Amino acid sequence: MTKLKPMLAVAAACGLLTSAAHAEDSLKIGVIATLSGPPAVLGTQLRNGFQLAVKDLGGKLGGLTTEIIVADDELKPDVAVTKVKALLDRDKVDFVVGPVFSNILGAIEKPVTEANVILISPNAGTSTFAGKDCNPNFFVTSYQNDQIHEVLGQYAQESGVKKVIIIVPNYQAGKDADAGFKHKFSGEVLDEIYVPLGQLDFSAELSRISAAKPDAVFAFLPGGMGVNFVKQFRQAGLADSITFLSAFTVDESTLPAQRDAALGMLAGSNWAPNLDNPQNKAFVDEYLKEYNAVPATYAFQSYDAALLIDSAVKAVKGNLGDKDALRAALKKADFKSLRGAFKFNNNHYPIQDFYLTKVAKRPDGLFETEIVKTVFTNYGDSYAQYCPMK
Amino acid sequence: MTGTLFFIQVLNGLQLGVLLFLIAAGLTLVFGVMDFINLAHGVQYMLGAYLAVAFYGLVGNFLLALILALAAALAFGLLLEFLVLRHLYGRDHLDQVIATFGIILFLNHAVRVVWGAAPLTLPVPDAFTGSVQLAPGQLYPVWRLVIIGSGIAVATGLYVLVTYTRIGMLVRAGATNARMVSVLGVNIERLFTIVFGFGTMLAGFAGVMIAPIISVEPGMGTNILILALVVIVIGGIGSIRGAFVAALLIGLVDTLGRSFSVDLLRVVMAPSPARMVGPAIASMLIYVLMAIVLYLRPAGLFPARGR
Repeated sequence: MTKLKPMLAVAAACGLLTSAAHAEDSLKIGVIATLSGPPAVLGTQLRNGFQLAVKDLGGKLGGLTTEIIVADDELKPDVAVTKVKALLDRDKVDFVVGPVFSNILGAIEKPVTEANVILISPNAGTSTFAGKDCNPNFFVTSYQNDQIHEVLGQYAQESGVKKVIIIVPNYQAGKDADAGFKHKFSGEVLDEIYVPLGQLDFSAELSRISAAKPDAVFAFLPGGMGVNFVKQFRQAGLADSITFLSAFTVDESTLPAQRDAALGMLAGSNWAPNLDNPQNKAFVDEYLKEYNAVPATYAFQSYDAALLIDSAVKAVKGNLGDKDALRAALKKADFKSLRGAFKFNNNHYPIQDFYLTKVAKRPDGLFETEIVKTVFTNYGDSYAQYCPMK
Repeated sequence: MTGTLFFIQVLNGLQLGVLLFLIAAGLTLVFGVMDFINLAHGVQYMLGAYLAVAFYGLVGNFLLALILALAAALAFGLLLEFLVLRHLYGRDHLDQVIATFGIILFLNHAVRVVWGAAPLTLPVPDAFTGSVQLAPGQLYPVWRLVIIGSGIAVATGLYVLVTYTRIGMLVRAGATNARMVSVLGVNIERLFTIVFGFGTMLAGFAGVMIAPIISVEPGMGTNILILALVVIVIGGIGSIRGAFVAALLIGLVDTLGRSFSVDLLRVVMAPSPARMVGPAIASMLIYVLMAIVLYLRPAGLFPARGR
């Protein structure tokens, strides 16, 4: 036993040495997403998308063997900060990818960027970091949140919708959605219904909508709220007479529960599974095969985040120490995005096309959103002008 | 126009009310008869919904799935009583709260492990899809009417059971003075088990009935449990009649508050702040109601006699 101890120590030292030597040509990426509670569906998509990209690239990003460390933020900002600090201090990650939700982003943006580590958000795109508080270490591969609501507002305006009722949860993102929609829509807003966050039965609200007889409803009811609202909207017989416009309410993460009730409902997006390019087709097929689900934007945007890291690490030839060069390489966005045309604005948020999408049934019986028309082309957000970065 | 809208909102309120009653009935009996705080009652409701989805996937028939789910919910409730709750009857309320809270955490996670975190869905039975026209342009889903109907039927059945049968008499006696009933030679343990199993099944029934309307997901029982607790406190603990009246009251106050608070506030406020303040006030209304009831009648509206 006494002899074994020094041997163990030597073995441990060898282990340490090899891992230290290894660090030269390997890449560590922390992925932080919501993986518990009902919103776990979104976080799972985000994590899967990223892992799929790394797998497709042969386990290497930019030629470096890549290790992914996944953390669950539990949708609690304080938990997220603790987990992110562990990723930074203990695991010494080179990049942090995440999160799903804007309130988590608000909590982790500072700890990550101040540690001079690159933070790439594959979903949350708050206005907070798009304007004067934009950050050189922070990149977004999704969109600025307002843009999705603007797509619906613009479409309502163009398609001759005259009277609208808006229904959103009574919290900041809900008010932003309301404002984003009204920013582009100048018709009559009959009513703005604010519901408590997490409400599941909308009987009273649906009766109000039914009585007011609008041309269209604009709903921003993410997650379980949307599942319920869409089903009840259909059950109340409103879907036949009122156009259903929505943001983050019908997508591939909620469709497995909404199914036929959501058929034909409209949404705004920067991508859809049926977006026609060979790379995207391959991605959707592979995701389906691997995870037995149709990917939503969360998956594709984090797939893109991996491609982005790959391109930048390649450009700096694996030299992660030179952060200026790394940031410049990231800013170039020299990769083929699944969505087609993609570049970064001065605030590191994307400039891209936006589409009106519609829920449809696939030949295999699953549901997905499909592109109806392009609403904005090469569209940047309105906060970029206040960002001091060039 | 406003008249029909009001009428429809009353229907909506009734629907929420009977749903709350189905859950609160079991809760109030368990609380009243056994002096046992069962926070896990909400997860029984969730479990009912999950079981219905699972059985529907197997047999493809709503009625059959409903029966199987009720049987399974009852069996599970009895198992839970046997394994955990039975050992807590004589204990302090705090022990009961902690233990049943543990059951909530455990079951919420267990359904996630078994069925996944994604919301599931149960289709409306074919015979009751669609909606009826209550007024020109005002459609109302048939299934919601079915919920109201079945809730009232269950309430009537319960009333008959509790008022006119021997077991009902024992339940009422137990709610008044459990120890005296025991001393008189009634097997109180068995009575407890029956009451508990029955309450569990009612909560499961509520879960099955609401599943076609809302998504079935982990944690769906938590919010409804809070409302059910408000109901039994307002109604008077241990009283079925109290639970019925209080459930309808809460359903109506909550629904009408949500529907008309903004319009009422607009009379005295500018539209924009009214829109912000309205929902906040609406979600407080039932608790305000509870405070008022407790101030005027500390034992609730219909306290079980002798307490």
